[in-house]
Amino acid sequence: MNVKQLPSLTEERAFDVLVIGGGNAALCAALAARERGASVLLLERAPEHMRAGNTRHTRNIRCVRVAQGSAASGVYSEEEFLEDLIQVTGKPPNMDLAKRTIHESRELPRWMSEHGVSWQEPLAGTLNLGRTNRWFLGGGKALANTYYLRAMEMGVHVRYGSFVEDLVIENGQFRAAVVNLGSVKTKIGARAAVVATGGFEANLGWLKTLWGEAADNFIVRGTPYNDGTLLARLLEKGANPIGDPKGFHAVAVDARAPKFDGGIVTRLDAIPFGIVVNRQGCRFYDEGENIWPKRYASWGRLIAEQPGQIAYCIVDSKTIHGFLPPMYKPFCADTIPGLANLLNVDTNAFSQTVEVFNRATAGNTNLRMECLDGLSSRGLLPAKTNWAVPIDSPPFYGLPLRPGITFTYMGVTIDDQSRVVEQSGRPFRNVFAAGEIMSGNILTKGYLAGFGLTIGSISGKLAGKEAANYARS
Amino acid sequence: MPGLELFQEANRQLTICNSCRYCEGYCPVFRAIETRRDFTNGDVQYLANLCHDCRACYYACMYAPPHEFAINIPKILADTRIESYRRWSWPGFLSRALDHRLVEAALAFIAWAVVILLSVTIVSNDRIFARHLGSGAFYQVIPYLAMVIGGMVLFFYGICVWIVGGIRFWSDANNNAPQLSTLKMVAGAIADAVSLSYLKGGGPGCYYPQDRPSSVRRVYHSLTAWGFLSALISTSLAAIYQDVFHWLPPFRITSAPVLFGTAGGVAMIVGTLGLIWFKLKSDNIPAGTVAPSMDYMFLVMLCLTSFSGLFTLVFRTTPAMGSILVIHLGLVAALFITAPYGKFVHVVYRFLALVKYRTE
Repeated sequence: MNVKQLPSLTEERAFDVLVIGGGNAALCAALAARERGASVLLLERAPEHMRAGNTRHTRNIRCVRVAQGSAASGVYSEEEFLEDLIQVTGKPPNMDLAKRTIHESRELPRWMSEHGVSWQEPLAGTLNLGRTNRWFLGGGKALANTYYLRAMEMGVHVRYGSFVEDLVIENGQFRAAVVNLGSVKTKIGARAAVVATGGFEANLGWLKTLWGEAADNFIVRGTPYNDGTLLARLLEKGANPIGDPKGFHAVAVDARAPKFDGGIVTRLDAIPFGIVVNRQGCRFYDEGENIWPKRYASWGRLIAEQPGQIAYCIVDSKTIHGFLPPMYKPFCADTIPGLANLLNVDTNAFSQTVEVFNRATAGNTNLRMECLDGLSSRGLLPAKTNWAVPIDSPPFYGLPLRPGITFTYMGVTIDDQSRVVEQSGRPFRNVFAAGEIMSGNILTKGYLAGFGLTIGSISGKLAGKEAANYARS
Repeated sequence: MPGLELFQEANRQLTICNSCRYCEGYCPVFRAIETRRDFTNGDVQYLANLCHDCRACYYACMYAPPHEFAINIPKILADTRIESYRRWSWPGFLSRALDHRLVEAALAFIAWAVVILLSVTIVSNDRIFARHLGSGAFYQVIPYLAMVIGGMVLFFYGICVWIVGGIRFWSDANNNAPQLSTLKMVAGAIADAVSLSYLKGGGPGCYYPQDRPSSVRRVYHSLTAWGFLSALISTSLAAIYQDVFHWLPPFRITSAPVLFGTAGGVAMIVGTLGLIWFKLKSDNIPAGTVAPSMDYMFLVMLCLTSFSGLFTLVFRTTPAMGSILVIHLGLVAALFITAPYGKFVHVVYRFLALVKYRTE
């Protein structure tokens, strides 16, 4: 591997720009800063095989698409992009930044190609995002591999296993980072710092202070390294917080998933095909409320509110092949009470739930998953408003679900030069933020597929550029 | 890992791939995975032989070891590929015996030694070490009939074993319900095989020997394959010259057999040395457990055969020609006798896998 070896990490060896973090935003910042002639050191907390944080689990990026030639069919305009954003997450706290991010996304695919990224057709069977999103070849780890290779070729210094525990900031000016290298602690000085360390979704202790014991049952879908250490340090040093501290994005994942880093394969797309019951055997929400991509993200929160933070999706042999094959084999039984036993839910209540549901959906056939088919239950609370067909064809299948947390919303406020802003409204002169740690300036709730990478790339490039300009001036 | 566990492990990994699908853009293996929900042993063997070992998926995989999911598709497919060679090869006892690379090496050595010993005992020493010039010079060392009969026997034996294996592959890979392929599908598969398009890693190149994509391995492999074909053409042309036109070798330097033979030999030497060098440098985590030793064996034998062939040409007017020719023919015999049980078979199975992919 072509790693530029560091002479030695001492306080005297000052780099122009210190990039803290190793995911997409950090890499874009490092590339942008290096391209402006700055000497750059990137400190990645994870070991090499785990580098790039949650970028490893991404697979596409949302970008504006302008008309090519006479074909107007594939256009995704800035206006439509912004409308989609507002519809899903509400009005962004920093509207200018949101607009700027969307505007600059237009040139992003070209920039990525120039930095070695390859593309592929949208994945088969995905969420119909062919117009709004672009797929890079091989997914997020391949994307990060490409950027790491390019960064090292360009002379960016990269160090793995380097955990930045704190920043030395004097009079609003960053001086050095306190780095834990595993065996030793050291200070590394730099003229400017870009903080791109993600959110705090992997910090179950922190989540527990907000969610109580329930947090013990959350599954963290991504990297175990996003514990929000630098977010906490920056807030302690007076950085202005932005976004709901309790806010997190979570989806339904298989309860058998590993505690951390299970990624895409543990998610389940079965919910619209059946019913979801809690531990007591009762339904609690409309499984057919809207097309799955739009409801995908609501189920994490819904399950988090159930007793024991667990729920079970129940389908039968009619619908089991309708969704992507799950990684974990569904529990399977020939009778409803038999399935209740396997899943360890209340047998009587569960049997009654299914019976009532089947009565309310009797005669419903021919569900059409490609649209809201209006095949609704009758006289049922909560109703299932689409794709409601009886669960009556054995064998019956059950999939245990838990909330799988993807990311947190709270971060630090930044100004138009990507500098972290203090509560006084004054920015730290040379501390820049990029990626998830600043995404709260744009996103406050909900999620738009592929937008996290858009924010990360644009904010990373901007922070890297501004940091280099500051350091070189 | 014994057969059954091997297939179970492949099944486990492929199921995870099927619920991820990030690698779909890399190669047909992943697109073939997506048309299935469960993976029979036949499916696994088909996928294993469809895999060109470009390793793009390994480097792109966030679940690669040391992740607890331990997804390592190039390795598990290399291991099942070897297992499939073992199952399809014929006769069973020979393929089991030759499963040990040392046995294969021993067989190759014996074939080589037999040719040399026979030559030395049958042909008088002064003939071997004499200087032979002019028409039919080679046959003054080894009689024409001996060469032809020996060559043909080994050649057709190899072809027979390949045909048996091919039929077994087709039956297994189609779960005993073979489909019909059209000429167009076969033509497409030939184009895929000839261009090695699935060594491109979906575009940027093969991730071999390490985590940086390049097209160099594809070049080395092409040189080896085309070189081999060129040498085969040279031999066939020589046979035509001799049996149709009654021109006896050695042929002029500018004659077609010599040109094809030389070009083929040089290409094979460059190609095989390149592939060996890459293999030595390559990451061993995504490599198969026993596949590399099989690959080395095949590459080394191809390389030695090419060298000895070229030496025969270079020294053909000197007294050394006789000994070099005997060594060369011994190596050719060793190459062909091990062909049905070594890496050579990948030509058959991978091609059939490409035909099947086109048929699906």
